[in-house]
Amino acid sequence: MTERTVAQALNAALDEALEAPDVVLLGEDVGVTGGVFRVSDGLFKKYGPDRVIDTPVAESGIIGAAFGMAIAGLRPIAEIQFMGFSYPAVDQIINHVGRIRNRSRHRFTAPMVIRIPYGGGIGAAEHHSESAEAMFVHTPGVKVVVPSNPYDAKGLLLAAIDDPDPVVVLEPIRVYRSIKGDVPDGHYTVPIGLAAMEHEGRDVTIIAYGAMMKEARAAAVQLEDDGVSVELIDLRSLVPFDTEMMVDSVRKTGRAVVVQEAHRSAGMASEIVAVLQEHALYHLNAPIERITGWDVVIPLRRAEKHYLPTVDQIVAAARRTLEA
Amino acid sequence: MPEPRTILNENGELLADSPLDLETIQNLYESMVIARTYDHKASAMQRQGRLATYAQFEGQEACQIGSVAPLEPRDWVAATYRDAAAMWAHGYPWVNLVLGRTGDERGGQAPEGVNVLPPSITVGGHMIHAVGLAWAEQLKGTGAVALTLFGDGATSEGDFHEAMNFAGVYTLPVVFFCQNNGWAISMPRDRQTAAETIASKGAGYGVPGVLVDGNDLLAVFAATAEAVDRARNGGGATLIEALTYRMGPHTTTDDPGRYGHTAAVGMWAERDPLERVRRYLERNGRWDADWEAGIEDHAHEIVEAAVAEAEALPPLSSDEIFEAMFAEPTTQLREQQRLARGERAHD
Repeated sequence: MTERTVAQALNAALDEALEAPDVVLLGEDVGVTGGVFRVSDGLFKKYGPDRVIDTPVAESGIIGAAFGMAIAGLRPIAEIQFMGFSYPAVDQIINHVGRIRNRSRHRFTAPMVIRIPYGGGIGAAEHHSESAEAMFVHTPGVKVVVPSNPYDAKGLLLAAIDDPDPVVVLEPIRVYRSIKGDVPDGHYTVPIGLAAMEHEGRDVTIIAYGAMMKEARAAAVQLEDDGVSVELIDLRSLVPFDTEMMVDSVRKTGRAVVVQEAHRSAGMASEIVAVLQEHALYHLNAPIERITGWDVVIPLRRAEKHYLPTVDQIVAAARRTLEA
Repeated sequence: MPEPRTILNENGELLADSPLDLETIQNLYESMVIARTYDHKASAMQRQGRLATYAQFEGQEACQIGSVAPLEPRDWVAATYRDAAAMWAHGYPWVNLVLGRTGDERGGQAPEGVNVLPPSITVGGHMIHAVGLAWAEQLKGTGAVALTLFGDGATSEGDFHEAMNFAGVYTLPVVFFCQNNGWAISMPRDRQTAAETIASKGAGYGVPGVLVDGNDLLAVFAATAEAVDRARNGGGATLIEALTYRMGPHTTTDDPGRYGHTAAVGMWAERDPLERVRRYLERNGRWDADWEAGIEDHAHEIVEAAVAEAEALPPLSSDEIFEAMFAEPTTQLREQQRLARGERAHD
């Protein structure tokens, strides 16, 4: 067990995975410099330029080449530098990566990982703060996971690398270094598709994922201090997602607040609300609340705070469900 | 305009030494006859409503049979919807090609050991897949190479640039084979690029570019064999531009009369890739009408058998459409599978 940040936990997972000769890491600046967030720090030196590959600046090329590598029997891990830079590769992801198993009826598969740092809150330049996970969730044939803490970061990344299908791993930039935790040494996986019950409670269920777990946890603490019993769920896997844990929880509490950093319309929170009403409508004591970013381009540094969901918004939403 | 490399001229005369012996040329000629038989059959089936849209390759048989001929079974082919002949020549069964065009995903299920990707339907994305395939083989040290076929239109796509660039930077064992058939649906070649030739684009990537007569089986074979050898021996990628002509419409939904495509068809018919090999074989006592009739009969048998097998297969069931998204369907897919059956998804 070693105390690590999210970034260090991801680094440990990559290091662990690269021990296998069929795993390669490729992307812009992932090698010599260790990645712009230093997630692959030290790996170029340890595994060499054939295994930790600095590529030209070409996102479609990175994903398309990784896809070819995966078909030919390697297990590539492709890094896209920021989510806003993933859009040139979306053609490859939708038209090829997510389709090959189906369009070849299992003959060819793409067991590859696409790592994408995502999200705002660090006052980054334009295009560097995106939360476009819904686009990947809406793409058939790719799995999507979003760790919120160091333990899950390593375990989900290793699970993604082991997975026989393509997995998009979204890495929350804002908590890369701000959250530390104990991480087991050696190989372990966090199963893709299972949410985490962070805290059990009776009165209201809060569901969040990724960087927003930081706000959700703080809101839960504040509510508990005021005598509200909060059930806190970290969804952590968006495709597939854990319907059972969310539904069981809301049937028990009768109230739910769903939190996402992404734009409001047609997002993951919309899907969760739909599933909860399908499975738990008659157990609800109040309308389900959604706390989300807005349908605006995420504002630049000086006005970013007007976009990002806050602890106060989550607490207020939970109180509204209790007062209904 | 530089002259393309030609070995066998339109009269079936050698302009240079043949890279192949007569028996091999007979075999490749037979392959071209089989391919053309399939092409005609598929066009006819489309008109009868038995196939979805079909993209004919008539006139491009030398490109497709000649470029694949130098490959070994372990090598990869990543091609397009117009490359059925090339895919078949590398082991992809006709029944899969027919199935694909009937609109059935099982057409993409190449047999184990056949290293041919399902045809790319979007334009250009598969060139970078060939780069990845070649890269994996290079990293594994197997000596296998990848061949990717694409048209002149595809060279306008960004992925052409990215694929060529990666192949150049990493000295990858990949052969880029451009069938410049003059047209991208309604747009002529000169509207795709201001460059004099597509082959010249290789220079921008540090990749040699080669211009060949795409209707000359022997020139196509020789150029590709040299490129494959270079790739296999660590010399990196080659861009081959084969000059040919799309003798039919873009697909069966297209009307080439609307954009001036048909004017040149007569001239290109005189350069027919099968006819010039036939003349060469006849000149060398390796062709007569009885032999031709025999291989044509054989071609019809092969194609008809594939069509019968494809049409006998019932369509995928509702349940089956959920079964190949992942190694195992997710909980969401299982729920949707039940909904599609008309069952309740939940209690």
